Amino acid sequence: MKAFVTHFTFEFKTGLRNSNLLMINYLFPVGFYLIMGLVMTKINPLFGDTMVPAMAVFAIVASTILGMPGPIVEDREAGIFRSFKINGVPAFSILIIPALTTIFHAMIAATLIASTAPLLFRSKPPDNWVAFALIMLLNAFACGGIGALIAVVSKDNRATVLWSQLIFLPAMLIGGLMVPLSFLPASIMPFSMLLPTSHAMQAAIGLAYHQETVISPLVSIIVLASGGLLSFGLATYLFNWDSRNASRRGHPLMALIAWLPYLLSMLIR
Amino acid sequence: MMIDSVVKVSDFSKSYQDLVAVDGISFEVRHGEIFGLLGPNGAGKTTTLECLEGIRTPDHGSLQVMGVDPTREARDLRDVLGIQLQTSGLPADMLVGEAMAFFCAYHGVDPRYALLDRLGLSEKIHTSYRQLSTGQQRRLALALAVAHEPKVVILDEPTAGLDVATRAELHAIMGELKQSGTTILLATHDMAEAEKLADRVAILLRGKIAAIGSPQELTATGSTLTKISVRSELGVGDLSATQFPGVVRSMFNDEYAVFFSDNPGATVVAVINHIEAREDKLIDLRVERPSLEERFLEITNHGEQG
Repeated sequence: MKAFVTHFTFEFKTGLRNSNLLMINYLFPVGFYLIMGLVMTKINPLFGDTMVPAMAVFAIVASTILGMPGPIVEDREAGIFRSFKINGVPAFSILIIPALTTIFHAMIAATLIASTAPLLFRSKPPDNWVAFALIMLLNAFACGGIGALIAVVSKDNRATVLWSQLIFLPAMLIGGLMVPLSFLPASIMPFSMLLPTSHAMQAAIGLAYHQETVISPLVSIIVLASGGLLSFGLATYLFNWDSRNASRRGHPLMALIAWLPYLLSMLIR
Repeated sequence: MMIDSVVKVSDFSKSYQDLVAVDGISFEVRHGEIFGLLGPNGAGKTTTLECLEGIRTPDHGSLQVMGVDPTREARDLRDVLGIQLQTSGLPADMLVGEAMAFFCAYHGVDPRYALLDRLGLSEKIHTSYRQLSTGQQRRLALALAVAHEPKVVILDEPTAGLDVATRAELHAIMGELKQSGTTILLATHDMAEAEKLADRVAILLRGKIAAIGSPQELTATGSTLTKISVRSELGVGDLSATQFPGVVRSMFNDEYAVFFSDNPGATVVAVINHIEAREDKLIDLRVERPSLEERFLEITNHGEQG
């Protein structure tokens, strides 16, 4: 327990000390939120209805999928995991503790956004704050799992950026953050079900705002929870201590198994 | 119970695809000794150490550290073994004091900040790893390797790239560890370091042990010629033309005449007499036994040619 607390404390502080992580955890999402609040609410007044969950989900996706994988890959490439291994740090801790601290940072940013948006931009606050908070936490769990998975399957940092953007950009475009899912063309909407942001937004709209959704919010909850569990499980299984070590457990393509719940939601919608 | 052989390697082999990195080697490291593992790049030193550290799995043979199998008993291994890796690092933003607390927590012991003091790092306790010099990073790595007071320590190239003062300091610390009963397995390219510190050394060549024994034993079994270097006021011209007793071969440069002799006493007397006879003045005279480095080069050159 002492080792866990020491490790957690160190990783949490790193999220504030490291300028890149500080940028991606706080400055980027909060800056983007402020710009969106100033501009988007003027262009599209309806944006104010979903601004709180959209910007909170954005903050979480930025931290977990854009921010978290890079440092893990860098540490592996620098041989830091070898130092950890010979000193008894388990693989599980190497993945889970950065994920937990990233989720912690993301939740702080999301709280800042959710608590100030109704005051600053007259956006609609959730009817049920508890449900909202739990859904954001679940979204952070699902996205944290994907971030961990990207970190273990990426060969190097360039690949990390590629995989992260492959999730992040579609999430921005068709993940319900900028445009509600109900506004998407019928041919595109099924693909939005492959993204955790879509399910987080649907669950928030249905359970925290009590509004109509395109998919059952309970299904979205199940998809996020099972997707998160699968992602973290697969990330731990596929974890590699050492970039120099050619042999590894499992094929990186196994990571796609984590999208099974999302795929099923696409089919049953 | 005192175990005499704290590290046992028996018939150990390891290959990477078609490349045989280590080919059936066996050796033992005794309690309380500094054992040097020497060899050119690619000889199999790091592979051997990484299998002892539990980082890699051997293909064949058995390895034990204090009776613990590194492959199967990783948790027990951490208690008895401290490791300073050749290529490893710490997170760039980790502070020195944090590093001590972090690794001690995983070893289940209280942080030993006094060790940082001993290694001259107490003023750097709030400094991040990225801000340390290479020497300070090596000292920190050594502090972390021994913080949980392991019985055996593996040091892989601990002084590579360090300045003379820092290297001497680390040598002193290794001496202190040995005094305290810690067994040290030292992989190094620095022959002078091995000769100075190691009780016994093994020279690895192309995955096999080419020689093993104390530095004195190894140098004694090699070339028996003694190197005699002479410098006189009038220069080497006259010396090069004279045949001295016992000299098997000689070489000359602008300042020194160097004789390799199988009868050093007779050679030295003859050289001094010769210099006095020509009313010259002796400036420098050095008599040296073959060093471990020369023996190492002899073995590796012979091995590469063979």
